[in-house]
Amino acid sequence: MGSGALFIAVFLACVVEAVEATTIVLAAGTARDWRSATTGMAGALLVLAVIVAALGPAVSDVPLRGLRLVVGALLLVFGLQWLRKAILRASGHKARHDENKIFAEQLATAAGQPRRRLGVVPDWYGFTLSFKGVLLEGLEVVFIVLTFGSNARNVGLAAIAAVCAVILVAAAGIAIRTPLQRVPENTMKFVVGIMLTAFGTFWGAEGAGAHWPGSDAALLVLIPAIAAFALALTGRLRGDRQAVLAGRS
Amino acid sequence: MADRIRAFAAFWYDFVVGDDWLIALGVVVGLGLTYLLSRTAVPAWWLLPLALAVLLPLSLWRATRHSR
Repeated sequence: MGSGALFIAVFLACVVEAVEATTIVLAAGTARDWRSATTGMAGALLVLAVIVAALGPAVSDVPLRGLRLVVGALLLVFGLQWLRKAILRASGHKARHDENKIFAEQLATAAGQPRRRLGVVPDWYGFTLSFKGVLLEGLEVVFIVLTFGSNARNVGLAAIAAVCAVILVAAAGIAIRTPLQRVPENTMKFVVGIMLTAFGTFWGAEGAGAHWPGSDAALLVLIPAIAAFALALTGRLRGDRQAVLAGRS
Repeated sequence: MADRIRAFAAFWYDFVVGDDWLIALGVVVGLGLTYLLSRTAVPAWWLLPLALAVLLPLSLWRATRHSR
């Protein structure tokens, strides 16, 4: 796997997760208290740093074939789930992921909760909302960095790609202090779903003992083939939905 | 305590398996068959892409069948 492909795959996947975490922190800060929201975010980042420090070296020590089998299986399951959701959204069978709407819903829920001070945290609800959001989305970022990085034997580059994505999204979130609705999240999820599925298929099969024709070059066929298949399925489902809607009217 | 264990298990199930258990099961079966085929003289690389070509449309069909 080339360095460029590794960087792009990790960067795109981490941008999607960072947009979701930023939306939650912005909602906690806007509706509750900025100090509590940023303290919650910092606490979650600290926990994630401990997880990376503990798991990073352990993952690197696992034999490559076993690692590829487990990671390939997980990436393939994740990729197919992402792709499934992206196809359902693109074909109109599922509501599109709307950060603006999610932000408004979280604001309304957060604003209705009573305020309670705990130690140095002025608002415990704002702290936990921010902490949980960053920790959950951050766990996915950690998983992406460790799996892609260790498989390509370049955890450092994967970590740099993730940090770039998180800094870019966090800076944009701080600058505009509104949800990042301009980020084409649904399209990015479609692309990331294709890449996770392709890498999961490639590494999973290798880990199970198969040998790809052309070795790494097989990815250059797998990625466009999966993209074409996903687009064809989207077109088919969109056509079916329009036919059903036309039949009802 | 039992509620916390249940919530912890539900989190990991949702994190790993997701919305459709059939995909997770299909991937495990596909990898198992790939392993068995790789022990023979027959090339095994094609099995997982074939599984993908069956699993994704099947999962989409399961998700949309009620709106048809």
